[in-house]
Amino acid sequence: MKIAVCVKEVPDPTAEKRIDPDTKRLVRSGENTLNRYDRHAIEEAVRLREGAAPGAEIAVVLVAPASASRTVDKALAQGGDRSVHLADDGLSGSDIVATSRALAAVLARDSYDLIVFGQQGSDAECYVMASAVAERLARPCVTQVAALALDGSSLKVKRQVETGYETLEVSLPAVISVSDAINEPRYPSLPAIMGAKRKPHEVLSLADVGLAAGDVGVDGSRTHVSALSKPPTRGDSVKLEDDGTAAEKILAFLVERKVVA
Amino acid sequence: MNYDLPAEHQALRETVRDLAENVIGPVAEELDRTSTFPLAIVGQLGAMGLMGVPFPAELGGGGADILSYAIAVEELARIDSSVAITVAAHTSLGTSPIVLFGSAEQKERYLPELCSGRRLAAFGLTEPGSGSDAAAIRTRAAEQPDGAWVIDGEKMFITNAGTAISGLVTITALTAEGETSNLIVENGTAGYEPGPPLHKMGWHASDTRPLAFQSCRVPAGNLLGPRGNGFRQFLEILDGGRISVAAIGLGLAQGAFEQALAYAQQRNAFGRPIAKLQAIQFKLADMETEIAAARHLLYHAAWLKDRGRPFAHAASLAKLYTAELSHRVVNEAVQIHGGYGYMDEFPISRFYRDQKILEIGEGTNEVQRLVIARGLGV
Ligand SMILES: Cc1cc2nc3c(=O)[nH]c(=O)nc-3n(C[C@H](O)[C@H](O)[C@H](O)COP(=O)(O)OP(=O)(O)OC[C@H]3O[C@@H](n4cnc5c(N)ncnc54)[C@H](O)[C@@H]3O)c2cc1C
Repeated sequence: MKIAVCVKEVPDPTAEKRIDPDTKRLVRSGENTLNRYDRHAIEEAVRLREGAAPGAEIAVVLVAPASASRTVDKALAQGGDRSVHLADDGLSGSDIVATSRALAAVLARDSYDLIVFGQQGSDAECYVMASAVAERLARPCVTQVAALALDGSSLKVKRQVETGYETLEVSLPAVISVSDAINEPRYPSLPAIMGAKRKPHEVLSLADVGLAAGDVGVDGSRTHVSALSKPPTRGDSVKLEDDGTAAEKILAFLVERKVVA
Repeated sequence: MNYDLPAEHQALRETVRDLAENVIGPVAEELDRTSTFPLAIVGQLGAMGLMGVPFPAELGGGGADILSYAIAVEELARIDSSVAITVAAHTSLGTSPIVLFGSAEQKERYLPELCSGRRLAAFGLTEPGSGSDAAAIRTRAAEQPDGAWVIDGEKMFITNAGTAISGLVTITALTAEGETSNLIVENGTAGYEPGPPLHKMGWHASDTRPLAFQSCRVPAGNLLGPRGNGFRQFLEILDGGRISVAAIGLGLAQGAFEQALAYAQQRNAFGRPIAKLQAIQFKLADMETEIAAARHLLYHAAWLKDRGRPFAHAASLAKLYTAELSHRVVNEAVQIHGGYGYMDEFPISRFYRDQKILEIGEGTNEVQRLVIARGLGV
């Protein structure tokens, strides 16, 4: 079985997010790291390899600047067998339309049985990359997977939805995104950390995956950010200083708004 | 000269830091308060290869270098010294004697379980009547006609010997008048009894006990290396151990500094954060300066050892400096916390109690100075 786990490099989530006023893009020049939601995707792939799909090969796939080697190594330490890294200056400024085109082009070079995403990126919080890539590859897609079981050539999945869980069966090859409740990612072992650099790393350019500069980046994007502004501050908030009666006041507030009866 | 930490070492630091903050940190206070040995944490560290960082991966160890080991111990001590010393004593004092001097049979019998952390190892040199003066030990091992050894004596303050997963202790004993040798004694051997845990000022979650040996018989194969090499062997073991104790001092100081810095920024006095007071700023500046110096000393000692160069002198410098530096830093860190620093609800009070031993164990400050002065040839 061939599994691809798509991972993203994001700005260190503990640092404050900044937007460049000129480009209106997130500033990515600080410390960057592996998107934490993707750790669940790698962990789930590793569990498949340890369980129902022995011998499965796990490729870590990413579209990121060439400087993303720490992120790649982290994903490999977590359990990936090799990395496929599309790094090209022309990708800068890509939106979801352009990035999904690039990712799909990388993924199409290989016959993956299962493509796994994390549920969202901790930077842009879009939640849609898995669906966009599945659409381009014309593969079935299930998002927010909270549990999965491999059953021959199909996958039984439990999907987290607002009202509860859906149980679905999806035939392979397929694309899924896993929720962060699906597992508790393990810490990588010391030998895995030390060995990450020695695993096969494939670095590709746009030309390698058959894309032209205009397909991605700003030119290949369909969204254009014309202005950014802070959300309006909410005027109706009430601040309570606890003088011993705060709990009662909060309760009264909630009852008044019929939040609790 | 290259001051960049290799990417692997940075990744290791990040991983151990994450684990220390998110797995160990939340339980450190309770383990300390209840003097509970951190069995589950040791299990997790073992599974990650962190109970045998510098030993070969084929044996279940981490397959990494001494710098990696120092960084791992430093990051553990930044959050909890009891866990850090459990790892350090097991690795440097417990397991390394067998790695360094063990026979093929001894290595095969013990190392897989020790390197993977499924079993813990201890080293017993100190006795009730002798510490710094190691030549004054009284424990005797008498050779029997069949080659076996019968051990009689007592050891004191021994780390990791009496936990539920302790597998063995290597002890230093007199095998003849003026002749010392090291012998491996497995837990469960008749005549060997780890005593009840000792009540300590700090390191509450670490296992420290007296050990009693009464007509304790071990087979000939338990002698470690050639007979009569006990003294030389333990000096070499202690040289390596100094790197890990220095790493505990560095990590403890780093953790105390970070707590003090955070507290100083949130605590107000006279209408502004105390971090705005020059008296507090100077303390913080001194802390950062000395910690940076200590890190260079320690990593240099590790670097020398990793290159197979003489490192013992550098390790002594690092051990002495970090022992005294951690004392100054944790003292000022409590001072910055004011009355809250004296309360158990802030971790800094635990750090304060955990610090003192660093100036005593594995060579007191005084002995460290003796060793350093000897290196000067004076
Ligand atoms: C929590 C804990 C864990 C320990 N774990 C272990 C372990 O796992 N294995 C083990 O073998 N030991 C262990 N020890 C023992 C430790 O290594 C000794 O306590 C230490 O070496 C000091 O020995 P001592 O206590 O006998 O002090 P002493 O040697 O009696 O020293 C008393 C004082 O005299 C000073 N002094 C002694 N000789 C000189 C000199 N020549 N010149 C100047 N000053 C001198 C010392 O510096 C010290 O200030 C542990 C101790 C503790 C507290």
